[in-house]
Amino acid sequence: MLSEAERRLKEALREVQEYVQLVGALLRVAVTGPHYRRDVILQLEAIGIGSLMVISLTGFFTGAALALQTGQTLDRFGARTLVGQLVSASMIRELGPVLTALILAGRVGSGIAAELGSMAVTDQINALRALGTDPLRKLVAPRVLATTLMAPVLTVIADTFAIVAGWIISVTSLGVGTSTYWNAVLDGLYLGDAWQGTIKPFVLGFVIGTIGCHVGLRTRGGTQGVGRATTNAVVVASVLVIAVDFFLTPLLMRVLY
Amino acid sequence: MTFATARSPQLEKALGPGSPIIVFDRVSLAFDDKVVLRDISFTLIRGHTKIFLGASGSGKSTILKLIVGLLRPDSGVIWVNGERVDDKSEAELMKVRTDLGMVFQEGALFDSLTVAENVGYKLLEDGLSEERVWGRVMEVLGFIGLAEFADRMPSELSGGQRRRVAIARAMSYKPRILLYDEATTGLDPITADTVDDEIIKLRDLEEISSVIVTHQLRDAFRIATHEAVRADNRIRVIPADPKKADEAEFIMLKDGGIHFEGNAAELRASTDEYLRSFLS
Repeated sequence: MLSEAERRLKEALREVQEYVQLVGALLRVAVTGPHYRRDVILQLEAIGIGSLMVISLTGFFTGAALALQTGQTLDRFGARTLVGQLVSASMIRELGPVLTALILAGRVGSGIAAELGSMAVTDQINALRALGTDPLRKLVAPRVLATTLMAPVLTVIADTFAIVAGWIISVTSLGVGTSTYWNAVLDGLYLGDAWQGTIKPFVLGFVIGTIGCHVGLRTRGGTQGVGRATTNAVVVASVLVIAVDFFLTPLLMRVLY
Repeated sequence: MTFATARSPQLEKALGPGSPIIVFDRVSLAFDDKVVLRDISFTLIRGHTKIFLGASGSGKSTILKLIVGLLRPDSGVIWVNGERVDDKSEAELMKVRTDLGMVFQEGALFDSLTVAENVGYKLLEDGLSEERVWGRVMEVLGFIGLAEFADRMPSELSGGQRRRVAIARAMSYKPRILLYDEATTGLDPITADTVDDEIIKLRDLEEISSVIVTHQLRDAFRIATHEAVRADNRIRVIPADPKKADEAEFIMLKDGGIHFEGNAAELRASTDEYLRSFLS
Protein backbone atom coordinates (compact mmCIF):
# COMPACT_ATOMS: atom_id res chain seq x y z
CA MET A 1 0.00 0.00 0.00
CA LEU A 2 1.14 3.51 -0.77
CA SER A 3 1.34 6.11 1.95
CA GLU A 4 -0.75 9.28 1.68
CA ALA A 5 2.25 11.35 0.56
CA GLU A 6 3.27 8.80 -2.07
CA ARG A 7 -0.27 8.65 -3.35
CA ARG A 8 -0.43 12.42 -3.70
CA LEU A 9 2.93 12.57 -5.44
CA LYS A 10 1.82 9.85 -7.84
CA GLU A 11 -1.40 11.73 -8.53
CA ALA A 12 0.48 14.98 -9.17
CA LEU A 13 2.94 13.28 -11.51
CA ARG A 14 0.10 11.62 -13.37
CA GLU A 15 -1.59 14.99 -13.81
CA VAL A 16 1.60 16.53 -15.24
CA GLN A 17 1.99 13.51 -17.53
CA GLU A 18 -1.57 13.86 -18.78
CA TYR A 19 -1.04 17.58 -19.41
CA VAL A 20 2.10 16.92 -21.43
CA GLN A 21 0.25 14.21 -23.38
CA LEU A 22 -2.56 16.67 -24.12
CA VAL A 23 -0.10 19.25 -25.44
CA GLY A 24 1.64 16.59 -27.54
CA ALA A 25 -1.67 15.34 -28.94
CA LEU A 26 -2.66 18.93 -29.73
CA LEU A 27 0.45 19.44 -31.82
CA ARG A 28 -0.41 16.25 -33.75
CA VAL A 29 -3.98 17.46 -34.24
CA ALA A 30 -2.69 20.80 -35.53
CA VAL A 31 -0.88 19.22 -38.48
CA THR A 32 -3.49 16.57 -39.43
CA GLY A 33 -7.15 17.01 -40.40
CA PRO A 34 -10.04 17.35 -39.98
CA HIS A 35 -10.22 20.85 -38.51
CA TYR A 36 -13.36 22.46 -37.15
CA ARG A 37 -13.18 25.96 -38.64
CA ARG A 38 -16.65 26.96 -37.48
CA ASP A 39 -15.82 26.12 -33.89
CA VAL A 40 -12.57 28.08 -34.13
CA ILE A 41 -14.44 31.17 -35.33
CA LEU A 42 -17.06 30.81 -32.58
CA GLN A 43 -14.33 30.55 -29.95
CA LEU A 44 -12.37 33.48 -31.40
CA GLU A 45 -15.50 35.54 -31.04
CA ALA A 46 -16.43 34.29 -27.57
CA ILE A 47 -12.92 34.72 -26.20
CA GLY A 48 -11.79 37.77 -28.18
CA ILE A 49 -14.84 39.98 -28.52
CA GLY A 50 -16.25 38.72 -25.23
CA SER A 51 -13.18 39.84 -23.29
CA LEU A 52 -12.84 43.23 -24.99
CA MET A 53 -14.69 45.25 -22.36
CA VAL A 54 -13.00 43.82 -19.29
CA ILE A 55 -9.55 44.02 -20.91
CA SER A 56 -10.06 47.67 -21.97
CA LEU A 57 -11.14 48.65 -18.48
CA THR A 58 -8.23 46.81 -16.89
CA GLY A 59 -5.77 48.49 -19.23
CA PHE A 60 -7.26 51.91 -18.71
CA PHE A 61 -7.25 51.88 -14.93
CA THR A 62 -3.82 50.26 -14.69
CA GLY A 63 -2.35 52.93 -16.95
CA ALA A 64 -4.03 55.70 -14.97
CA ALA A 65 -2.85 54.36 -11.60
CA LEU A 66 0.63 53.77 -12.99
CA ALA A 67 0.88 57.37 -14.19
CA LEU A 68 -0.29 58.72 -10.83
CA GLN A 69 2.13 56.58 -8.83
CA THR A 70 5.20 56.99 -11.00
CA GLY A 71 4.58 60.72 -11.43
CA GLN A 72 5.18 61.18 -7.73
CA THR A 73 8.30 59.00 -7.65
CA LEU A 74 9.78 60.61 -10.76
CA ASP A 75 9.29 64.04 -9.13
CA ARG A 76 11.98 63.21 -6.60
CA PHE A 77 14.49 62.98 -9.41
CA GLY A 78 12.98 65.93 -11.25
CA ALA A 79 12.08 63.59 -14.07
CA ARG A 80 8.29 63.96 -14.13
CA THR A 81 8.41 64.52 -17.89
CA LEU A 82 9.50 60.90 -18.36
CA VAL A 83 6.17 59.55 -17.10
CA GLY A 84 5.15 58.52 -20.63
CA GLN A 85 8.27 56.42 -20.99
CA LEU A 86 7.60 54.65 -17.72
CA VAL A 87 3.98 53.91 -18.47
CA SER A 88 4.62 52.61 -21.99
CA ALA A 89 7.70 50.55 -21.15
CA SER A 90 6.25 48.88 -18.09
CA MET A 91 2.89 48.22 -19.72
CA ILE A 92 4.20 46.85 -22.99
CA ARG A 93 7.00 44.76 -21.54
CA GLU A 94 5.45 43.40 -18.41
CA LEU A 95 2.11 44.57 -17.07
CA GLY A 96 0.13 44.37 -20.30
CA PRO A 97 0.88 40.70 -21.03
CA VAL A 98 0.62 39.56 -17.40
CA LEU A 99 -2.52 41.48 -16.46
CA THR A 100 -4.30 40.50 -19.68
CA ALA A 101 -3.33 36.88 -19.09
CA LEU A 102 -4.56 37.00 -15.49
CA ILE A 103 -7.89 38.46 -16.55
CA LEU A 104 -8.16 35.84 -19.31
CA ALA A 105 -7.34 33.08 -16.81
CA GLY A 106 -10.23 34.31 -14.68
CA ARG A 107 -12.70 34.91 -17.46
CA VAL A 108 -11.79 32.41 -20.16
CA GLY A 109 -9.83 29.69 -18.35
CA SER A 110 -12.64 29.25 -15.84
CA GLY A 111 -15.27 29.30 -18.60
CA ILE A 112 -13.49 26.60 -20.60
CA ALA A 113 -13.01 24.41 -17.51
CA ALA A 114 -16.65 24.82 -16.47
CA GLU A 115 -17.99 24.09 -19.96
CA LEU A 116 -15.82 21.05 -20.65
CA GLY A 117 -16.22 19.96 -17.02
CA SER A 118 -19.99 19.87 -17.21
CA MET A 119 -19.76 18.09 -20.57
CA ALA A 120 -17.47 15.52 -18.94
CA VAL A 121 -19.69 14.84 -15.92
CA THR A 122 -22.83 14.51 -18.07
CA ASP A 123 -21.09 12.04 -20.42
CA GLN A 124 -21.28 14.46 -23.36
CA ILE A 125 -17.55 14.04 -24.02
CA ASN A 126 -18.02 10.26 -24.14
CA ALA A 127 -21.06 10.77 -26.36
CA LEU A 128 -18.91 12.79 -28.77
CA ARG A 129 -16.35 9.99 -28.89
CA ALA A 130 -19.06 7.37 -29.35
CA LEU A 131 -20.39 9.41 -32.29
CA GLY A 132 -16.96 9.29 -33.88
CA THR A 133 -15.80 12.82 -33.06
CA ASP A 134 -12.42 13.41 -31.44
CA PRO A 135 -13.05 15.85 -28.53
CA LEU A 136 -9.48 17.04 -28.92
CA ARG A 137 -10.24 18.33 -32.41
CA LYS A 138 -13.77 19.49 -31.78
CA LEU A 139 -13.43 21.06 -28.32
CA VAL A 140 -9.82 21.48 -27.25
CA ALA A 141 -8.06 22.63 -30.42
CA PRO A 142 -10.47 25.52 -31.21
CA ARG A 143 -10.32 26.80 -27.63
CA VAL A 144 -6.54 26.64 -27.35
CA LEU A 145 -6.11 28.23 -30.76
CA ALA A 146 -8.51 31.03 -29.81
CA THR A 147 -6.82 31.83 -26.49
CA THR A 148 -3.37 31.67 -28.12
CA LEU A 149 -4.34 34.03 -30.94
CA MET A 150 -6.53 36.38 -28.94
CA ALA A 151 -4.19 36.93 -25.96
CA PRO A 152 -1.71 39.03 -28.01
CA VAL A 153 -4.50 41.02 -29.64
CA LEU A 154 -6.14 41.76 -26.30
CA THR A 155 -2.76 42.62 -24.79
CA VAL A 156 -2.13 45.24 -27.46
CA ILE A 157 -5.58 46.69 -26.74
CA ALA A 158 -4.88 46.78 -23.00
CA ASP A 159 -1.52 48.49 -23.65
CA THR A 160 -3.19 51.09 -25.84
CA PHE A 161 -5.85 51.91 -23.27
CA ALA A 162 -3.19 52.13 -20.55
CA ILE A 163 -1.03 54.55 -22.49
CA VAL A 164 -4.04 56.73 -23.32
CA ALA A 165 -5.09 56.69 -19.65
CA GLY A 166 -1.53 57.66 -18.67
CA TRP A 167 -1.76 60.59 -21.08
CA ILE A 168 -5.06 61.76 -19.56
CA ILE A 169 -3.63 61.62 -16.03
CA SER A 170 -0.39 63.32 -17.12
CA VAL A 171 -2.25 66.22 -18.67
CA THR A 172 -4.96 66.61 -16.05
CA SER A 173 -3.19 66.01 -12.76
CA LEU A 174 0.58 65.88 -13.37
CA GLY A 175 0.83 68.97 -15.50
CA VAL A 176 2.86 67.19 -18.21
CA GLY A 177 2.10 68.45 -21.71
CA THR A 178 0.62 66.29 -24.44
CA SER A 179 3.65 66.42 -26.74
CA THR A 180 6.07 65.82 -23.86
CA TYR A 181 4.10 62.73 -22.86
CA TRP A 182 3.89 61.22 -26.32
CA ASN A 183 7.53 61.98 -27.12
CA ALA A 184 8.52 60.18 -23.94
CA VAL A 185 6.27 57.23 -24.87
CA LEU A 186 8.02 56.85 -28.21
CA ASP A 187 11.53 57.55 -26.93
CA GLY A 188 11.27 54.90 -24.27
CA LEU A 189 10.27 52.12 -26.65
CA TYR A 190 12.61 49.73 -28.40
CA LEU A 191 11.66 47.25 -31.07
CA GLY A 192 12.58 44.49 -28.64
CA ASP A 193 9.89 45.74 -26.26
CA ALA A 194 7.24 45.40 -28.91
CA TRP A 195 8.40 41.86 -29.71
CA GLN A 196 8.53 40.93 -26.06
CA GLY A 197 5.05 42.37 -25.55
CA THR A 198 3.58 40.22 -28.32
CA ILE A 199 5.50 36.97 -27.89
CA LYS A 200 4.73 36.67 -24.17
CA PRO A 201 0.94 36.71 -24.55
CA PHE A 202 1.14 34.00 -27.24
CA VAL A 203 2.74 31.66 -24.72
CA LEU A 204 0.51 32.79 -21.84
CA GLY A 205 -2.62 32.40 -23.97
CA PHE A 206 -1.56 28.86 -24.86
CA VAL A 207 -1.02 28.08 -21.17
CA ILE A 208 -4.48 29.42 -20.22
CA GLY A 209 -6.25 27.50 -22.98
CA THR A 210 -4.49 24.20 -22.39
CA ILE A 211 -4.88 24.35 -18.59
CA GLY A 212 -8.58 25.18 -18.91
CA CYS A 213 -9.13 22.25 -21.29
CA HIS A 214 -6.95 19.83 -19.33
CA VAL A 215 -8.68 20.58 -16.03
CA GLY A 216 -12.13 20.56 -17.67
CA LEU A 217 -11.67 17.22 -19.45
CA ARG A 218 -10.58 15.34 -16.33
CA THR A 219 -13.47 16.65 -14.18
CA ARG A 220 -15.15 13.97 -12.05
CA GLY A 221 -17.82 14.04 -9.39
CA GLY A 222 -20.91 15.84 -10.66
CA THR A 223 -21.69 19.52 -10.21
CA GLN A 224 -19.39 19.74 -7.19
CA GLY A 225 -16.59 18.47 -9.36
CA VAL A 226 -17.33 21.16 -11.95
CA GLY A 227 -17.05 23.81 -9.23
CA ARG A 228 -13.73 22.40 -8.09
CA ALA A 229 -12.44 22.16 -11.65
CA THR A 230 -13.34 25.79 -12.35
CA THR A 231 -11.52 27.02 -9.26
CA ASN A 232 -8.52 24.80 -10.00
CA ALA A 233 -8.28 26.03 -13.57
CA VAL A 234 -8.17 29.68 -12.45
CA VAL A 235 -5.68 29.06 -9.65
CA VAL A 236 -3.33 26.89 -11.70
CA ALA A 237 -3.52 29.10 -14.79
CA SER A 238 -2.92 32.30 -12.77
CA VAL A 239 0.10 30.93 -10.92
CA LEU A 240 1.49 29.48 -14.16
CA VAL A 241 1.01 32.81 -15.96
CA ILE A 242 3.18 34.59 -13.40
CA ALA A 243 5.74 31.78 -13.24
CA VAL A 244 6.00 31.38 -17.03
CA ASP A 245 6.34 35.14 -17.38
CA PHE A 246 9.22 35.10 -14.89
CA PHE A 247 11.10 32.42 -16.83
CA LEU A 248 10.24 33.83 -20.22
CA THR A 249 11.42 37.38 -19.46
CA PRO A 250 15.20 36.72 -19.17
CA LEU A 251 15.01 34.34 -22.14
CA LEU A 252 13.37 36.92 -24.37
CA MET A 253 15.71 39.66 -23.10
CA ARG A 254 18.70 37.60 -24.15
CA VAL A 255 17.28 36.83 -27.57
CA LEU A 256 15.69 40.16 -28.46
CA TYR A 257 18.05 42.89 -27.19
CA MET B 1 -29.85 3.56 -47.13
CA THR B 2 -27.06 2.70 -44.76
CA PHE B 3 -24.42 4.99 -43.41
CA ALA B 4 -22.17 2.30 -41.98
CA THR B 5 -18.93 1.25 -43.63
CA ALA B 6 -19.19 -1.04 -46.64
CA ARG B 7 -17.78 -4.57 -46.44
CA SER B 8 -17.01 -7.33 -48.88
CA PRO B 9 -19.92 -9.76 -49.58
CA GLN B 10 -17.83 -12.65 -48.20
CA LEU B 11 -17.33 -10.98 -44.85
CA GLU B 12 -20.94 -9.87 -44.80
CA LYS B 13 -22.01 -13.51 -45.32
CA ALA B 14 -19.68 -14.80 -42.63
CA LEU B 15 -21.13 -12.22 -40.29
CA GLY B 16 -24.70 -13.04 -41.33
CA PRO B 17 -27.67 -14.20 -39.22
CA GLY B 18 -26.75 -16.43 -36.30
CA SER B 19 -23.17 -15.18 -36.19
CA PRO B 20 -21.73 -13.49 -33.13
CA ILE B 21 -21.66 -9.70 -33.30
CA ILE B 22 -20.09 -8.96 -29.91
CA VAL B 23 -17.70 -11.33 -28.17
CA PHE B 24 -16.04 -10.82 -24.78
CA ASP B 25 -13.31 -13.32 -23.94
CA ARG B 26 -12.01 -13.32 -20.36
CA VAL B 27 -12.15 -9.55 -20.04
CA SER B 28 -10.86 -8.02 -16.81
CA LEU B 29 -10.57 -4.41 -15.74
CA ALA B 30 -9.52 -2.70 -12.52
CA PHE B 31 -9.29 0.98 -11.57
CA ASP B 32 -6.31 1.33 -9.22
CA ASP B 33 -7.03 -1.26 -6.49
CA LYS B 34 -10.70 -1.74 -7.31
CA VAL B 35 -11.60 -4.68 -9.56
CA VAL B 36 -14.53 -3.68 -11.79
CA LEU B 37 -14.76 -6.71 -14.10
CA ARG B 38 -13.24 -10.13 -13.52
CA ASP B 39 -12.93 -12.68 -16.32
CA ILE B 40 -16.10 -11.72 -18.17
CA SER B 41 -16.94 -13.81 -21.25
CA PHE B 42 -20.13 -13.69 -23.31
CA THR B 43 -21.33 -13.69 -26.90
CA LEU B 44 -24.11 -11.63 -28.44
CA ILE B 45 -25.69 -13.13 -31.56
CA ARG B 46 -26.70 -10.80 -34.38
CA GLY B 47 -30.23 -9.47 -33.90
CA HIS B 48 -30.44 -10.76 -30.32
CA THR B 49 -30.57 -8.87 -27.04
CA LYS B 50 -28.27 -9.08 -24.05
CA ILE B 51 -29.58 -7.61 -20.83
CA PHE B 52 -27.12 -6.84 -18.04
CA LEU B 53 -28.55 -6.65 -14.56
CA GLY B 54 -26.80 -5.83 -11.34
CA ALA B 55 -26.57 -3.47 -8.43
CA SER B 56 -25.01 -0.02 -8.83
CA GLY B 57 -21.25 -0.27 -9.24
CA SER B 58 -21.35 -3.89 -10.41
CA GLY B 59 -19.60 -2.97 -13.67
CA LYS B 60 -22.61 -2.96 -16.01
CA SER B 61 -21.96 0.42 -17.62
CA THR B 62 -18.27 -0.42 -17.88
CA ILE B 63 -19.14 -3.25 -20.27
CA LEU B 64 -20.81 -0.79 -22.66
CA LYS B 65 -17.86 1.60 -22.45
CA LEU B 66 -15.54 -1.30 -23.30
CA ILE B 67 -17.64 -2.22 -26.35
CA VAL B 68 -17.45 1.34 -27.71
CA GLY B 69 -13.77 1.54 -26.82
CA LEU B 70 -14.19 4.43 -24.39
CA LEU B 71 -12.28 2.25 -21.92
CA ARG B 72 -9.61 -0.38 -22.52
CA PRO B 73 -9.54 -3.72 -20.67
CA ASP B 74 -6.50 -4.74 -18.60
CA SER B 75 -6.68 -8.22 -20.12
CA GLY B 76 -8.92 -10.24 -22.41
CA VAL B 77 -10.14 -9.79 -25.96
CA ILE B 78 -13.22 -7.94 -27.25
CA TRP B 79 -14.59 -8.42 -30.77
CA VAL B 80 -17.25 -6.08 -32.10
CA ASN B 81 -18.73 -6.65 -35.53
CA GLY B 82 -15.73 -8.63 -36.73
CA GLU B 83 -13.11 -6.20 -35.41
CA ARG B 84 -10.97 -6.37 -32.30
CA VAL B 85 -11.53 -3.23 -30.27
CA ASP B 86 -9.38 -3.82 -27.19
CA ASP B 87 -6.08 -3.00 -28.89
CA LYS B 88 -7.16 -0.30 -31.34
CA SER B 89 -6.08 3.34 -31.23
CA GLU B 90 -8.68 6.10 -30.87
CA ALA B 91 -8.42 6.89 -34.60
CA GLU B 92 -8.96 3.25 -35.63
CA LEU B 93 -11.89 2.95 -33.21
CA MET B 94 -13.73 5.73 -35.03
CA LYS B 95 -14.39 3.26 -37.87
CA VAL B 96 -15.80 0.59 -35.55
CA ARG B 97 -18.01 3.23 -33.91
CA THR B 98 -19.83 3.99 -37.15
CA ASP B 99 -21.71 0.73 -36.59
CA LEU B 100 -22.36 1.33 -32.89
CA GLY B 101 -24.97 3.57 -31.31
CA MET B 102 -24.87 4.30 -27.61
CA VAL B 103 -27.66 5.71 -25.48
CA PHE B 104 -26.05 7.19 -22.39
CA GLN B 105 -27.45 7.41 -18.91
CA GLU B 106 -29.53 10.62 -18.72
CA GLY B 107 -29.18 10.94 -22.51
CA ALA B 108 -25.95 12.99 -22.65
CA LEU B 109 -27.49 15.27 -25.28
CA PHE B 110 -25.38 18.24 -26.36
CA ASP B 111 -26.83 21.22 -24.44
CA SER B 112 -25.80 23.80 -27.00
CA LEU B 113 -27.56 22.12 -29.94
CA THR B 114 -31.28 21.77 -30.72
CA VAL B 115 -33.00 18.39 -30.72
CA ALA B 116 -32.71 18.17 -34.52
CA GLU B 117 -29.03 19.16 -34.47
CA ASN B 118 -28.38 16.56 -31.79
CA VAL B 119 -30.05 13.84 -33.82
CA GLY B 120 -28.35 14.88 -37.06
CA TYR B 121 -24.97 15.51 -35.44
CA LYS B 122 -23.14 12.49 -36.80
CA LEU B 123 -24.69 12.73 -40.25
CA LEU B 124 -23.54 16.36 -40.55
CA GLU B 125 -20.09 15.39 -39.27
CA ASP B 126 -19.93 12.68 -41.92
CA GLY B 127 -20.48 15.33 -44.56
CA LEU B 128 -23.93 14.35 -45.82
CA SER B 129 -25.91 17.02 -47.64
CA GLU B 130 -28.16 19.15 -45.42
CA GLU B 131 -31.21 17.97 -47.32
CA ARG B 132 -30.49 14.28 -46.65
CA VAL B 133 -29.58 14.99 -43.03
CA TRP B 134 -32.77 16.87 -42.18
CA GLY B 135 -34.85 14.33 -44.08
CA ARG B 136 -33.38 11.51 -42.02
CA VAL B 137 -33.65 13.54 -38.78
CA MET B 138 -37.37 14.09 -39.28
CA GLU B 139 -37.81 10.42 -40.18
CA VAL B 140 -36.08 9.32 -36.98
CA LEU B 141 -37.88 11.87 -34.81
CA GLY B 142 -41.15 10.68 -36.35
CA PHE B 143 -40.23 7.09 -35.49
CA ILE B 144 -39.88 7.97 -31.80
CA GLY B 145 -42.85 10.34 -31.95
CA LEU B 146 -41.05 13.60 -31.18
CA ALA B 147 -41.16 15.33 -34.57
CA GLU B 148 -42.77 18.47 -33.15
CA PHE B 149 -39.85 18.94 -30.73
CA ALA B 150 -37.20 19.25 -33.47
CA ASP B 151 -36.41 22.91 -32.76
CA ARG B 152 -36.46 22.71 -28.95
CA MET B 153 -33.33 22.76 -26.82
CA PRO B 154 -32.60 19.64 -24.72
CA SER B 155 -33.14 21.62 -21.50
CA GLU B 156 -36.79 22.16 -22.50
CA LEU B 157 -37.50 18.42 -22.67
CA SER B 158 -38.70 16.07 -19.94
CA GLY B 159 -36.52 13.19 -18.78
CA GLY B 160 -38.36 10.63 -20.89
CA GLN B 161 -38.22 12.83 -24.00
CA ARG B 162 -34.48 13.33 -23.51
CA ARG B 163 -33.91 9.55 -23.42
CA ARG B 164 -35.97 9.12 -26.58
CA VAL B 165 -34.01 11.85 -28.36
CA ALA B 166 -30.84 10.08 -27.24
CA ILE B 167 -32.18 6.90 -28.85
CA ALA B 168 -32.98 8.87 -32.00
CA ARG B 169 -29.45 10.27 -32.07
CA ALA B 170 -27.94 6.81 -31.65
CA MET B 171 -30.10 5.29 -34.43
CA SER B 172 -29.87 8.19 -36.89
CA TYR B 173 -26.86 6.78 -38.75
CA LYS B 174 -28.31 3.25 -38.85
CA PRO B 175 -25.80 1.40 -36.71
CA ARG B 176 -26.28 -2.36 -36.48
CA ILE B 177 -25.65 -2.45 -32.74
CA LEU B 178 -27.32 -0.27 -30.11
CA LEU B 179 -26.16 -0.02 -26.51
CA TYR B 180 -28.50 1.30 -23.84
CA ASP B 181 -27.11 2.50 -20.51
CA GLU B 182 -29.93 2.70 -17.96
CA ALA B 183 -32.27 4.06 -20.60
CA THR B 184 -35.30 3.92 -18.28
CA THR B 185 -33.80 4.62 -14.86
CA GLY B 186 -35.60 7.39 -13.01
CA LEU B 187 -38.61 7.40 -15.35
CA ASP B 188 -42.19 6.72 -14.27
CA PRO B 189 -43.59 3.33 -15.44
CA ILE B 190 -45.67 4.81 -18.28
CA THR B 191 -42.81 6.83 -19.72
CA ALA B 192 -40.45 3.89 -19.21
CA ASP B 193 -42.82 1.75 -21.29
CA THR B 194 -42.59 4.19 -24.21
CA VAL B 195 -38.78 4.01 -24.07
CA ASP B 196 -38.91 0.19 -23.82
CA ASP B 197 -41.18 0.07 -26.85
CA GLU B 198 -38.67 2.12 -28.88
CA ILE B 199 -35.99 -0.41 -27.97
CA ILE B 200 -38.26 -3.30 -28.96
CA LYS B 201 -39.24 -1.63 -32.24
CA LEU B 202 -35.64 -0.95 -33.21
CA ARG B 203 -34.64 -4.53 -32.43
CA ASP B 204 -37.49 -6.22 -34.26
CA LEU B 205 -38.16 -3.85 -37.16
CA GLU B 206 -34.67 -2.52 -37.89
CA GLU B 207 -32.89 -5.80 -36.97
CA ILE B 208 -30.58 -4.12 -34.52
CA SER B 209 -28.56 -6.13 -32.01
CA SER B 210 -28.97 -4.62 -28.56
CA VAL B 211 -27.06 -4.58 -25.31
CA ILE B 212 -29.14 -3.26 -22.46
CA VAL B 213 -27.82 -2.28 -19.07
CA THR B 214 -30.38 -1.69 -16.37
CA HIS B 215 -31.32 -2.39 -12.80
CA GLN B 216 -35.03 -1.95 -13.59
CA LEU B 217 -36.19 -5.54 -13.77
CA ARG B 218 -39.64 -4.52 -14.91
CA ASP B 219 -38.23 -2.92 -18.08
CA ALA B 220 -35.79 -5.75 -18.65
CA PHE B 221 -38.62 -8.31 -18.62
CA ARG B 222 -40.81 -6.14 -20.82
CA ILE B 223 -38.09 -5.86 -23.46
CA ALA B 224 -37.31 -9.58 -23.28
CA THR B 225 -40.89 -10.83 -23.49
CA HIS B 226 -42.41 -8.46 -26.06
CA GLU B 227 -41.97 -8.06 -29.78
CA ALA B 228 -42.90 -5.41 -32.30
CA VAL B 229 -44.92 -6.28 -35.39
CA ARG B 230 -45.99 -4.17 -38.32
CA ALA B 231 -49.60 -4.77 -39.33
CA ASP B 232 -51.81 -2.62 -41.58
CA ASN B 233 -49.19 0.14 -41.62
CA ARG B 234 -49.25 0.30 -37.85
CA ILE B 235 -46.58 -0.80 -35.45
CA ARG B 236 -47.76 -2.73 -32.40
CA VAL B 237 -45.86 -4.14 -29.45
CA ILE B 238 -47.31 -7.50 -28.39
CA PRO B 239 -46.23 -10.36 -26.08
CA ALA B 240 -43.58 -12.40 -27.87
CA ASP B 241 -43.75 -16.12 -28.61
CA PRO B 242 -41.36 -18.20 -26.43
CA LYS B 243 -38.85 -18.72 -29.25
CA LYS B 244 -38.53 -15.00 -29.79
CA ALA B 245 -38.30 -14.37 -26.05
CA ASP B 246 -35.36 -16.81 -25.92
CA GLU B 247 -33.36 -14.42 -28.09
CA ALA B 248 -33.08 -12.10 -25.11
CA GLU B 249 -30.50 -13.31 -22.62
CA PHE B 250 -29.96 -12.01 -19.10
CA ILE B 251 -26.60 -11.68 -17.42
CA MET B 252 -26.51 -10.79 -13.74
CA LEU B 253 -23.26 -9.22 -12.58
CA LYS B 254 -22.09 -9.38 -9.00
CA ASP B 255 -18.75 -8.10 -7.66
CA GLY B 256 -17.31 -7.86 -11.16
CA GLY B 257 -18.13 -11.45 -12.14
CA ILE B 258 -21.05 -13.15 -13.91
CA HIS B 259 -23.47 -14.45 -11.27
CA PHE B 260 -26.21 -15.72 -13.58
CA GLU B 261 -26.71 -16.21 -17.28
CA GLY B 262 -29.99 -17.34 -18.91
CA ASN B 263 -33.32 -16.35 -20.40
CA ALA B 264 -36.30 -14.64 -18.77
CA ALA B 265 -38.02 -17.89 -17.76
CA GLU B 266 -34.85 -19.25 -16.16
CA LEU B 267 -34.31 -15.99 -14.33
CA ARG B 268 -37.85 -16.05 -12.96
CA ALA B 269 -37.52 -19.70 -11.91
CA SER B 270 -34.15 -19.28 -10.22
CA THR B 271 -33.89 -20.17 -6.55
CA ASP B 272 -30.56 -18.44 -6.03
CA GLU B 273 -30.73 -16.23 -2.96
CA TYR B 274 -29.02 -13.17 -4.46
CA LEU B 275 -31.23 -13.35 -7.55
CA ARG B 276 -34.36 -13.73 -5.41
CA SER B 277 -33.43 -10.67 -3.36
CA PHE B 278 -32.97 -8.76 -6.62
CA LEU B 279 -36.25 -9.99 -8.08
CA SER B 280 -38.41 -9.29 -5.06
